[in-house]
Amino acid sequence: MSNTGSPGLIWIYRNYQNCSGCRRCEIVCSLSHEGKIWPEASRVRVFMLIPGIEVPHLCVQCHDYPCVEACPVGALSVSKETGAVIVDREKCIACGRCIDACPGKVPYIHPTDNYAVICDLCGGDPKCVKVCSEGGWNALQIVRRTGGYNFKLYAKTPEKITREIAERFYGGEIAEGI
Amino acid sequence: MRGYAGKILEVDLSSKNIRETRISDEVLRQYIGGRGLATKILWDRLGGKWEEVNPLGPENLLLALTGPLTGFAPGGRICISGKSPQSNGIVGSTFGGEFPIDLKCAGYDGIIFSGASEKPVYLLIKDSDVELRDASHIWGKGARETVLTLVREARRIFGERYRGRGLWREPSIMYIGPAGEKLCRTAAVTSKWAHAAGYGGYGAVMGSKNLKAVLVKGTGPLPEVYDLDKTVEYADKIVKANLNLDLFRRWGTASGGYSVGAELSSEPVMNWQEEWHNEESFGVDKFEVFWVKRNWGDFGCAITCLKISAINSGPFKGSITDNPDYENQAYLGTNIGVFQPDANIYLTALIDELGFCGIQTGNVLSFAAELYQRGILTREDLGGIDLKWGDAKAFASLLRMIAERKGIGDVLAEGTYRAALKINIIKGIDVTNYAVTVKGIAIGAHGIRSGKDYPHYISYPCSVQGGDHTSVAQIPVERGELMTILHDSGVLCTFTLFAPEANEALWGLLEAVTGWRITPDEWFNNMARRTLHIQRAALLLGGPDLRWNPKIHDDVPQRWYEPLTKGPFSGKAVDKSKMREYLREYYKAVGWDDNGIPASEELKRLGLEDVDRRLKQIRENLN
Repeated sequence: MSNTGSPGLIWIYRNYQNCSGCRRCEIVCSLSHEGKIWPEASRVRVFMLIPGIEVPHLCVQCHDYPCVEACPVGALSVSKETGAVIVDREKCIACGRCIDACPGKVPYIHPTDNYAVICDLCGGDPKCVKVCSEGGWNALQIVRRTGGYNFKLYAKTPEKITREIAERFYGGEIAEGI
Repeated sequence: MRGYAGKILEVDLSSKNIRETRISDEVLRQYIGGRGLATKILWDRLGGKWEEVNPLGPENLLLALTGPLTGFAPGGRICISGKSPQSNGIVGSTFGGEFPIDLKCAGYDGIIFSGASEKPVYLLIKDSDVELRDASHIWGKGARETVLTLVREARRIFGERYRGRGLWREPSIMYIGPAGEKLCRTAAVTSKWAHAAGYGGYGAVMGSKNLKAVLVKGTGPLPEVYDLDKTVEYADKIVKANLNLDLFRRWGTASGGYSVGAELSSEPVMNWQEEWHNEESFGVDKFEVFWVKRNWGDFGCAITCLKISAINSGPFKGSITDNPDYENQAYLGTNIGVFQPDANIYLTALIDELGFCGIQTGNVLSFAAELYQRGILTREDLGGIDLKWGDAKAFASLLRMIAERKGIGDVLAEGTYRAALKINIIKGIDVTNYAVTVKGIAIGAHGIRSGKDYPHYISYPCSVQGGDHTSVAQIPVERGELMTILHDSGVLCTFTLFAPEANEALWGLLEAVTGWRITPDEWFNNMARRTLHIQRAALLLGGPDLRWNPKIHDDVPQRWYEPLTKGPFSGKAVDKSKMREYLREYYKAVGWDDNGIPASEELKRLGLEDVDRRLKQIRENLN
């Protein structure tokens, strides 16, 4: 299985330095997917391991989909239309293998229901990006997805991303504390 | 009961007993949450013995209360309250951030702390799992180490206890620094970096309870609302209005450091000896250079008026803080003669690190510097510090002395007004004229002498929160603190409601969330007044160390009767002959008698007979 960018596919580009930490992405995401404002069930979660360094954390759609490969029950599949990872809630047993397989540890188990939560790109029209663009922060932006391997480079843990940004913002020392 | 989680956590730090309590629908309908509800709870529990309650004793309560709109209105906020060690009344002091969101998502509308712990502790909340934990390893530590250590510790605990759920996000945190631990009356309760509930001095109350921090992670959704579609619709109206605030979004309040002085002539300069300056070195264009993040905001906020400043080289290396915002630019800048952005950022970062309120503590610094200027305090008194206007390093040294209560720092840690009373005795000279405070609370950085800024004669003298520039008395009363009480009870950010269409949407949002139809009429004539009158009653009952007499203390600081001597408004001062008349006009407009005491019939009309009884003695003493 691989995704090397069929025509028409989109990708959510992320610029962490621009993130205002407003979490409007979490609000619209959880309203859309859960019918409630529910930050801990949002498909995009903003980590703030050091104040001022906010990291919107969401699936990057790796070209080789290690999470899908790792699922022991076939609960994960790739949408042909969008390239997003689709979770079959009925099949998912919340074993967490997808989390272990993800280089960025992006998926997590839903707080009340037993299934893995992964961004579905809102079927190709991501709401998080809309509010981020509307506000002019542009921490999340839609780009046309072309090429293949580069996206996986963005599948990093919040700790790693935080260290990188902290180095630039505050100097390296502070990042040792996270 | 919609918009509320429905429970409040009660933590008795003496017995370590933790339980949940519920507030009746009737009380919530009247007092909403935040400041209003804090006022009601404080009055019910402590009102009968208010004068004897030591704000820094175990008998005081520390409240952290959200409101129904918290999380639904853009920019989440929470109100910190208790009996204030500054005014001896009740101050509703708010900070923004995700702390209130996590708290509501954990199932709690707020926390009430009573008693005092023998040893330093912090409270860790994960939904309904609530525990007090040892905090001796971080006691004495500054903001940076406190936040990083406790967040790391909490994430490790969550990872061990609740396995297999993926990466845990950081819990939200509120904490105190060394200043709060040492019971400095100008200490703040802080969240993130620089998100401080400064007015009131609740950092000292938290310190008196040996409570270093509260960390909370809530994994549930925000509570059910009455009408979700309408809630989203009204919140979007506020967001749209906020997105139009182009320059406020770009600059935050950091454009004020130059323009409030240069344009409005209402910015404190050298302990309010002037309110005008034209120092272009202090322009927002000079601050922008230090901004590593140009928009920083709290949960749901579309304005994101904060900016993060960081200095990575030079004499002020390692300083991290917000913009600084206007208040800190003024109080840790112009008011102590500092007109360099990097020095101002350095002092603001130090204020944050030590856990102080920038306004209250900046006011203490400028007060001390004026006494030094006048030769009343000597270099020897100041432990060798040459406290010259503009010398950032000297002010930093004094700040550390205050945080440690070392030497003169022990006196200044009492806040400007109480420090003045002590220095009166030590020096045998009346220095209270140099204390720019109202009822023990240093005035926010908006003067009235030029007549160009938003506060007026009565704004501070009649405020139930003293010098608090966020809660000022105004005529018409709808534009003053009766409106602020709704913001602080909601609890939401006043800045998000600047645009008239945003403030208009507030009433619709309140109904959509709670299902209660509260009209402006009902709010201004009944609901807000209950909170206002109880706060006024508590302020006048005061004690145990100080009490306020409205005939004396409903007044602007003496300094403002002195004319400005520089700038286009030279010669302007407060006209004492008009003061009485303005006071009476305001008293009448809010239902207070000629002496400024909430009128008996007004209190009875609102069902506040117990407040009326408690004020009887005060009325008799004044007549």
